[in-house]
Amino acid sequence: MTLLSGGDMLLRALHDEGVDIIFGYPGGAALHIYDAIYNQDKVEHILVRHEQAATHAADGYARATGKAGVVLVTSGPGATNAITGIATAYMDSIPLIVISGQVGRASLGSDAFQETDMIGVSRPIVKHSFMVQNPEDIPDIVKKAFYIATTGRPGPVVIDIPKDVTDPSTKFEYTYPETVKIRSYIPPSKGHSGQIKKAVDILLAASRPIIYTGGGVIMGDGSLLLTELVRKLGYPVTNTLMGLGGYPAPDKQFLGMLGMHGTYEANMAMHEADVILAIGARFDDRVTNSNVKNFCPNAIILHVDIDPASISKTVTAHVPIVGPVAAVLKEMLELIESAKTKIDSAALAGWWEKINHWRTRDSLKVTPSGNETIKPQQVIQALYEITKGDAYITSDVGQHQMFAAQYYHFDKPRRWINSGGLGTMGFGLPAAMGVQLAFPEATVACVTGEGSIQMNIQELATCNQYALPIKIVNLNNEALGMVKQWQDMQYAGRYSHSTYADSLPDFVKLAEAYGHVGIRIEKLSELKEKMQYAFSLKDKLVFLDIAVDKEEHVYPMAIRGGAMSDMYLSKTERS
Amino acid sequence: MRRIISILMENQPGALSRVVGLFSQRNYNINSLTVAPTEDPSLSRLTLTTVGDDRKIEQIVKHLNKLVDVAKLVDLTEGSHIERELMLIKVKATGAQRAEVKRVADIFRGIVVDITPTMYTIQLAGTSDKLDGFLAALAGTPILEVARTGVSGIARGEKVLSL
Repeated sequence: MTLLSGGDMLLRALHDEGVDIIFGYPGGAALHIYDAIYNQDKVEHILVRHEQAATHAADGYARATGKAGVVLVTSGPGATNAITGIATAYMDSIPLIVISGQVGRASLGSDAFQETDMIGVSRPIVKHSFMVQNPEDIPDIVKKAFYIATTGRPGPVVIDIPKDVTDPSTKFEYTYPETVKIRSYIPPSKGHSGQIKKAVDILLAASRPIIYTGGGVIMGDGSLLLTELVRKLGYPVTNTLMGLGGYPAPDKQFLGMLGMHGTYEANMAMHEADVILAIGARFDDRVTNSNVKNFCPNAIILHVDIDPASISKTVTAHVPIVGPVAAVLKEMLELIESAKTKIDSAALAGWWEKINHWRTRDSLKVTPSGNETIKPQQVIQALYEITKGDAYITSDVGQHQMFAAQYYHFDKPRRWINSGGLGTMGFGLPAAMGVQLAFPEATVACVTGEGSIQMNIQELATCNQYALPIKIVNLNNEALGMVKQWQDMQYAGRYSHSTYADSLPDFVKLAEAYGHVGIRIEKLSELKEKMQYAFSLKDKLVFLDIAVDKEEHVYPMAIRGGAMSDMYLSKTERS
Repeated sequence: MRRIISILMENQPGALSRVVGLFSQRNYNINSLTVAPTEDPSLSRLTLTTVGDDRKIEQIVKHLNKLVDVAKLVDLTEGSHIERELMLIKVKATGAQRAEVKRVADIFRGIVVDITPTMYTIQLAGTSDKLDGFLAALAGTPILEVARTGVSGIARGEKVLSL
């Protein structure tokens, strides 16, 4: 039997749970825990420069590995700084364990120094939370927290620990529970077989089918099964922003991303489909367009999701299937194998003919400027080429994010790391740190903009401290590009607070000041060469500051209030 | 449509705030709410009334079920059920009104549980409609204070909400 203090128990429990890395920032209420970190060597702690970055880094780590990311912050401002990152993880269903220090039990509720009701503040953006009332409860709570965060529809779990609970002078018996059972929490382990059968029958009888998949396929490790299903059926497939990489993008059955900035063919195929199989996707407003009444009027909707609350929330499902994506896909594949219904190959051929006709519109065609001005899309194309499509790409939020989603053809899951649901600027760089720490040998690029990168620029110091050779690809258009695009399209070009060209920092010098390499690219003719050079510096963080066309918009773009078939295709064309 | 949802949940600190928070967070209404531990002290039973169409109620039920502290729940209004609410009410009772208030209370099977020379405190149990009816019947009598518990309910017959 081992006697350990609360702080030591916490570290020991993390280790027993298989955690080898945590991201955090110390402070008064967490100091006992930090002392416990000092006294062990099993769990590595990464010191960030702002607690928001700790949550994004842990989040990036979780998205890339599939394991829960772990964060440690102090009470009060440490805890509240973590909130944006927790909300980001919550919206994208990312397993995160956020451990926050809290004032001592005797001071709780007294407005003590650095006291914030973390359980209360975080309540709407966590899957669950625990306040540790007794040191003896720590092993059990850690076990439960990981179980809740990583099973079912994953999500962040907060563990708030009053300072005296981790006091090194009092010790307790430590045993880590081997199993966990929570009577009020039983995640589904399989789908309803009857419903799956019904869905397969409808799917096989379809004449204009489409398979629409989201982040659930990635999180649920279903991409191989999905690929098998799609190939077996010969049906078209489209991914949401969160689902990219769930199906290999270079494949001919892939129609590209759908939704607000989806391809013409993906959105048209959705609109005209007679059967939509939605897997691990939630009919988010960025997909359906704002008016769900106009959404895919002819389609029978088969919806697979592990979260029953995601089914029929915005769009009514005709056949709801609650269950883990992989288990349901497996059962579907078996049923298709033995099914008597034959796919109507003539109808399917006609459907593909239609889709291929839509494809000829080439909605992602890039028109070069004709001079040395670099189009932002060309940067992503060059990035794809130079990294041979094999990099981990994190992004921030805005135009650059959409360009990366459209032009980097992800062919594996967990390679595309972005804040889809919450749309958190400042996510990209810290997320890239988490990915790079998880895979030290991998190429990790952060596609960002000069707006987003400044929201967590301080993390360049963390990258220096841990020698993280991230490649920052900054699409610098000297403006908040997506805001400016909306102002162009909806506010007659009144650029209210979306430009700041005169006050931008010299990013090359900034990178150098933090001990990194900075490279400025202004001419199209030098784009590939300089990028190539940057990526050849294997052990260096390189900040590529790339001047791109300031007037470029992201297209296609959904027309507000319309159906999925209503899109702007360029500044002058509509669907 | 008005619904009565009864929830069995862990009797833990924070469980109630998760349920209440869910309603405000997702823009649902709570019209009444009552909560207390059950015969098993590790479980609390929370009963609330809300309004919404089928679609909204379906979402409410699904989101409540997602809360880790919620073990089981039932929409009592889906089947035949018994609902009760308790009301304590202080009314002015002087002069001719004193006898009249007592008569009305008797008709509604209310019990006078406390008196002063000028007041009655009446206890009344029943459906929310009945309590509303009693208040309406007292029209003209000055009501000094009303304390209602909110609706509690249980299914009729052999249906049981338990783990």
